Amino acid sequence: MVLDHADSSSLRESATFPTEMISHVQSMARTGRYEIRGWGAKRHVPSFDDLTFITASLSRYPLEGYRERCETKTVLGNRFASKPLELDIPITIAGMSFGSLSAAAKDSLGRAATAVGTSTTTGDGGMTQEERRSSKLLVYQCLPSRYGFNPEHLRMADAIEVVVGQGAKPGGGGMLLGQKVSDRVAGMRTLPTGVDQRSASRHPDWTGPDDLTIKIGELREATNWEKPIYVKFGATRVANDVKLAIAAGADVVVVDGMQGGTGATQDVFIEHTGIPTLPAVRLAAEAIREVGMTGKVQLIVSGGIRTGADIAKALALGADAVSIGVASLIALGCNSAFYESDGEQIDVTAGYTALGTAPGFCHECQSGACPVGITTQDPELSKRLDPELGALRLTNYLKALTMELTTLARACGKNDVHHLEPEDLVALTIEAAAMAKVPLAGTSWIPGQSF
Amino acid sequence: MSVQTDASTTLDVRALGVTAVNRALRALPDGASATLIEVRGAHNLGVGLFNNITITINGNTGYYVAGLCDGPDFVINGSVGWGVGENLMSGVVRVRGNASESTAATAHGGLVIVEGDASSRAAISLKGGSLAVAGNVGHMSAFMAQAGTVLVGGDAGDSLGDSLYEAVIYVGGTIRSLGADARTEELTDADITKVRDMCQAANFDHINADTVTKVVSARALYHFDALKDQRY
Repeated sequence: MVLDHADSSSLRESATFPTEMISHVQSMARTGRYEIRGWGAKRHVPSFDDLTFITASLSRYPLEGYRERCETKTVLGNRFASKPLELDIPITIAGMSFGSLSAAAKDSLGRAATAVGTSTTTGDGGMTQEERRSSKLLVYQCLPSRYGFNPEHLRMADAIEVVVGQGAKPGGGGMLLGQKVSDRVAGMRTLPTGVDQRSASRHPDWTGPDDLTIKIGELREATNWEKPIYVKFGATRVANDVKLAIAAGADVVVVDGMQGGTGATQDVFIEHTGIPTLPAVRLAAEAIREVGMTGKVQLIVSGGIRTGADIAKALALGADAVSIGVASLIALGCNSAFYESDGEQIDVTAGYTALGTAPGFCHECQSGACPVGITTQDPELSKRLDPELGALRLTNYLKALTMELTTLARACGKNDVHHLEPEDLVALTIEAAAMAKVPLAGTSWIPGQSF
Repeated sequence: MSVQTDASTTLDVRALGVTAVNRALRALPDGASATLIEVRGAHNLGVGLFNNITITINGNTGYYVAGLCDGPDFVINGSVGWGVGENLMSGVVRVRGNASESTAATAHGGLVIVEGDASSRAAISLKGGSLAVAGNVGHMSAFMAQAGTVLVGGDAGDSLGDSLYEAVIYVGGTIRSLGADARTEELTDADITKVRDMCQAANFDHINADTVTKVVSARALYHFDALKDQRY
């Protein structure tokens, strides 16, 4: 802020109305509507950063960091499906639609996932040829909108994910603004080109867990009981939802915390609904244990996963795998000041400026004007993402995440990342100790469990 | 378990179970026909089939009969539960009785015919398929219907065509209320021809194509415009 006449030390910002909030009120007063944006919650919430590993020392011994094997294989969907997914790493790519992302971006995600032996996921817009071709393992979403949903793609999928909700907007439907509803996107979704698409928030042909049981039965019958069926929801009433999804016959439960991202949703939803990923994973793991399904029903958690440490902590608290969305886009080049073409870096800062933002701060996925060509349907902007180079970057990132994960697991003395356990963790804050149900560091105190 | 099948197969749902029945149906060659007996309200009968076969179901079914199909024709001599013909891609599904909720939900193609009444949310999220109901439909029918045609011989309940996109609804009887962004429109000659064709395909002789009410989208919700008092 430039101060012409005042001494900055004499200005007093309101905690209730900081400049950011004043700007928010002014914007609503000007436009008469709420903000719609991409990404997940931007405010601080208790997270995996508030935990630390108590790795091996004298009382436990570590594995050799560079020599001893640490298994990362992950099997998903062995409860009812005759063909479970066997992943080489416990990190999957979350559902993001063609429409929200360019076809090239979807292609990149598929190539990278295939290169490291994991799965990618369709989104609220159907399956593209590009992503099916590039993804060895593709999870096909069944969403309330059913845009582009058809039995042929159902048979072509490797797993099915019934989406009840997502962390960025539990209780809300999807959204794709008109500037991204191109002819191809509109054709796939059976919509008029250019409409501001607002998806339904409830499924059209079932309501509640008893119906879901029958719906899952239908999907199994239609795919000959071969494919794992996931049920995904945003983290709200996690314990109940996990138990109901299991009762309905899910092979895999996917819980998306409030930091989970979106291509376009009301800011008020993104920031003010759901619970953080940290308590969600522990609640989900406990619910699975309480109904005796540990090892039979797998748990995938998502929402703000960025590092091998996040993944290790999620696994220690009971997840079988994680999903990444926003982080995978950042690996492709999201929020970079430049894109790469023929080995050259082309500066696109002006593109961010035109959106009223800057590299490192952008969440304007809803605009369709992504300066690095990822969240766009504009043919010219799309060219800025080279699918091969994007795939290379994301492959590198996934490999580095896996190395971080196994490094921590070995230091905890584990020869399999799935052997990480809550006892490997302590909390750095009282909030995190209460939410993760691990002791506050230096104490044996778990708030809510003991005094 | 394996099931003997030939060109005209009878399958006992109670004895075989739904999964074996569906596998037997899937194994039939194009042109074959099958009759399902001892149905007893079973769910998920005849789902996800791609072969061009004819299936007759004698009895009342549960949810999703003929769902996710792209090929077969069905005649159901009974009433059906939720989501008959859901996400249908092609084929004709005829229900001789009544249908519960979400009839022909998200159907992309094909024709679902209900000779009795259909409950609420009939043709919800329709994506190009056709639904012909001889009797009445319940509330919120054709909610968010994107493409395709709905013909109602009797009366429509509350909020017909709420948040409609490009699907078109014709109602022979009364409409209790229209949903948000739905409006009536004058019939054209093309509409009358379309209704006649649909009546013929459905074997309906009680609907006067010249006097049906046509409901389409007002298209006022296609774009955000808060200053026009749209409520999101």
